[in-house]
Amino acid sequence: MDKIIDILQDINPDIDYKNRTDLIDAHLLDSLSIISLIAELEDTFDVTIPAVDIIPDNFNSVKAISALIERLQEED
Amino acid sequence: MSLSSVLLAGRFSAMTSYFSIAFLLVFLPVSILLYLVMPQRAKKYTLLAVSLVFFWFISGKLIIYLLLTVMSMHWFGLWLEKIKSESSAAVKALPAENRDEKKALKTKYRKKMQCVLFFAAVLHIGVLITLKYTPFFVSNINSLLGLFHISASFEIPKMFIPIGLSFFSLQALSYITDVYRGTVKADENIFRLALFISFFPQIVEGPICRYSQTADALWNVKQIKYDDLALGVQRILYGFMKKLVIADRLNPAVKEIFNNYDKYSGAVIFFGAVLYTLQLYADFSGTMDAVVGIGRIFDVEMPENFRHPFFSKTISEFWQRWHITLGTWFKDYIFYPITMSKPLKKLTSSARKKLGNHFGPLLAGSIALFCVWLSNGLWHGAAWSYIFFGMYHFALILGGSIISPAVKRVNGLLHLNPDNAFYKVFQIVRSCLLVVIGEMFFRANGLRAGLAMFTGLFGKGGVSLFDKELLPALGVDSKDLIITAVTAAIILTVSILQEKGINVNERLYAKNVVVRRSVIYSLILYIVIFGAYGAGYVPVDPMYAGF
Repeated sequence: MDKIIDILQDINPDIDYKNRTDLIDAHLLDSLSIISLIAELEDTFDVTIPAVDIIPDNFNSVKAISALIERLQEED
Repeated sequence: MSLSSVLLAGRFSAMTSYFSIAFLLVFLPVSILLYLVMPQRAKKYTLLAVSLVFFWFISGKLIIYLLLTVMSMHWFGLWLEKIKSESSAAVKALPAENRDEKKALKTKYRKKMQCVLFFAAVLHIGVLITLKYTPFFVSNINSLLGLFHISASFEIPKMFIPIGLSFFSLQALSYITDVYRGTVKADENIFRLALFISFFPQIVEGPICRYSQTADALWNVKQIKYDDLALGVQRILYGFMKKLVIADRLNPAVKEIFNNYDKYSGAVIFFGAVLYTLQLYADFSGTMDAVVGIGRIFDVEMPENFRHPFFSKTISEFWQRWHITLGTWFKDYIFYPITMSKPLKKLTSSARKKLGNHFGPLLAGSIALFCVWLSNGLWHGAAWSYIFFGMYHFALILGGSIISPAVKRVNGLLHLNPDNAFYKVFQIVRSCLLVVIGEMFFRANGLRAGLAMFTGLFGKGGVSLFDKELLPALGVDSKDLIITAVTAAIILTVSILQEKGINVNERLYAKNVVVRRSVIYSLILYIVIFGAYGAGYVPVDPMYAGF
């Protein structure tokens, strides 16, 4: 979780990532931030995030991102 | 020609408008009655039958395209599903420790699936491109030959395009891609798939639904409930007001200004562009109100296509609120697949290291954004003006992204709070202005006319905004403008309430019967008195049906 928060803060430090659960729904992360985030997540966790998983539910909170990474690591 | 022969020949184009008398007072009530009298297990088939009959009435023999789309997508879907089960059986058969072998096997089957998806997509996009764009390509080749003084020219073929092709093709493509991605299972029941693709309220102008959104709801329809019927009718009436009071009323003025823009001053041209934007919104969002309302009658939740777009603070936000289902289609099936492709991912990673977090991903993002907006422009029609329309929005959105760090810095230096109400109003007005100019190019009679109108915006000659002869020349009077303004104010009030999270339709339905009926009867009376119909008015054709 902390690693994910570090990545997110590097992309945009002005957001309260620990408590927000509407990162996509509230347009806090735009499509460019998503591209950055995915590139960084893939490098850090050695996973491939397919386009099909780029849905708001998977990126609305740090918890959701973490769950996505765990799932992809298990599937690999 | 008698009415029955027109219907049988499938040339009843008047019914493409969901607000036509033929549809609203005959086809829809008859469909509902048929649905009501049918036994429960036959209701879904009744919906499918009326959908196909509707399509036949408006497109005749061209229904073959719709049927072939359904049949081929059904077949491709099952093919993908078969490969998927073969893949999991083969992977399961291997011992757990053979991870590399399992991975290789998965990749082999994934490649097979990619081939099937590619074949399905090429086939359907090929048909779409051939039907929609052949005349455009041929005429451009002819112009090019003329440019090099080559006397040869090709005859421009006349294509017969079924109504709604661009909508049901995208819907079918999203289905097959979702089956490939595994987000939905291939449908074994061809009738369910057919109903999902051809449901009559959505076939002319969308919304572009996803299989996961409406297929099951349509297939599991039940008896119509009074609540749903009442809420559906309320929504249809609201859309009817937008269409009949605003869109049809503005038709003569918009036509006149766009056809004879050289007669008018810059202010009048801008006024025409504003009126057209309002007309397009009233027509398209009004039709979507009818679609959502009809869906509600059958207890099917259709996706919303508009979310008060004129409250947008940026152009990017505007496209998240205007024609939403088209925007999300491009995002899910073009933007992210391109940015997530291996070469662009590599580009993002290396560019981020050199250019930082903002400009790094912008490089890959701009390539994908270009593809999205080129597709968006071309989707609207085969003309340079539509391509320009797409590129205009590409430039605005990309430009907005490029300057956003600088804007943030300047705002910080000036101590400007982005949540400040005046700043928000400034952003909204700026976005509306840019949208109106974009729509002017969109509606203009060709790109050349669009550019001339844009230049004309700064001209002073011609009939000016305050000339007495202006309104008679536009074919409207002050009463028309007052009625339009009052109706726009009603829509604005409803939009503000909705923006605050109030569901006006349901809130009205929850009121006591006297209040509710008073509002509904007043709305009907308002449409009857102030609707633009009868002598002197030509209803505008459903504006998105042609795309």
